[in-house]
Amino acid sequence: MSGVPLDRREVVSRILAERGETLVVTGLGSTTWDAAAAGDHPNNFYLWGGMGGAAMVGLGLANAQPGRRVLVITGDGEMLMGLAGLATVGVAAPGNLAIAVIDNERYGETGMQETHTAHGVDLAAVAAGAGFAAAGTLRTMEEVDAWTPRLHGEPGPLFAAIKVGTDPAPMVLPLRDGAAIRARFRQAVLGDRADE
Amino acid sequence: MNRAADWPDAVFGVLADTGVRQVYYVPDNGHRRLIERCHADNAMLATRLTGEEEGVAALTGAWLGGDKGVLLMQSSGVGKCINMMGIVQECRVPLLMLVTMRGQWGEFNPWQVPMGRATAPALEAAGVLVHEVDDAARVAETVHAAARLAFDAYRPVAVLIGQRAIGFKDWTK
Repeated sequence: MSGVPLDRREVVSRILAERGETLVVTGLGSTTWDAAAAGDHPNNFYLWGGMGGAAMVGLGLANAQPGRRVLVITGDGEMLMGLAGLATVGVAAPGNLAIAVIDNERYGETGMQETHTAHGVDLAAVAAGAGFAAAGTLRTMEEVDAWTPRLHGEPGPLFAAIKVGTDPAPMVLPLRDGAAIRARFRQAVLGDRADE
Repeated sequence: MNRAADWPDAVFGVLADTGVRQVYYVPDNGHRRLIERCHADNAMLATRLTGEEEGVAALTGAWLGGDKGVLLMQSSGVGKCINMMGIVQECRVPLLMLVTMRGQWGEFNPWQVPMGRATAPALEAAGVLVHEVDDAARVAETVHAAARLAFDAYRPVAVLIGQRAIGFKDWTK
């Protein structure tokens, strides 16, 4: 294992480069900017609020679209705020859902204060304990590359905590109007049914 | 028409006719019969939550994927949901919540009173349209109207089912 921490933008870009038809939900806030930096896509639903809700948005979407892959990409602070949701996802056990936490052990939007993951809280162990089909902590790009096809296709629910560095990344802001993001996403997923 | 005491069955019929597919709930005595009916229906997917706020986010995902849904809870759970209302408001996601009330008509537990009192004002402050119903015979029609408002007008709507409709909780057994 190299001593150089992973770059969050490179990690998210590598994962999304293999997205295919995967539907992506991002959490408030850095992972929303990460996904935008990797390239805007109508199959992205960007959360700009509702902290703690990303995994559950993913569950509802996965339940509605059992034939599609759903990938939630969120941060450690966002996941910690909705930690109990991992229990709900584990029990619901949607086979088409994966959650990737980009874990810099910091609250990036509020001044880089440390989160509980900087002090030993093991998110992958929580997911495993909740009954996820597979859960791991990733620290190298080799591990990210090995997990990427799993995140996009292996029967889930899957959970990956990806440890990244704390270097600041430039702000890349996607669509901000929630109604517009919602309408675009539904049109992409549902086509003519979006107007129902 | 069903007997008034059969309102959970009548509400189930309304949800089925509405095309509700995803049902999220925190276990609750007032909703016990309705939850059982939802679990037993192959056209519905009933999911137990650890906390009510999870349901607001999950129903956002459900709507994004083309499913209608409902969130069943007790009034004490409403307070937990408030921040998540930002998602459904900003994204204009339909949200149907059926809330059984505590802390009002005939309540025996004083600790239930504060949130019971705050339930409707808190929801309204968060932009949720509130329909209150105290008459068991009118619960189903109220849910029907709320479902129309939620899914046809793309709004968050809560039906508050009063303790007068549910009946006293017998705390002696």
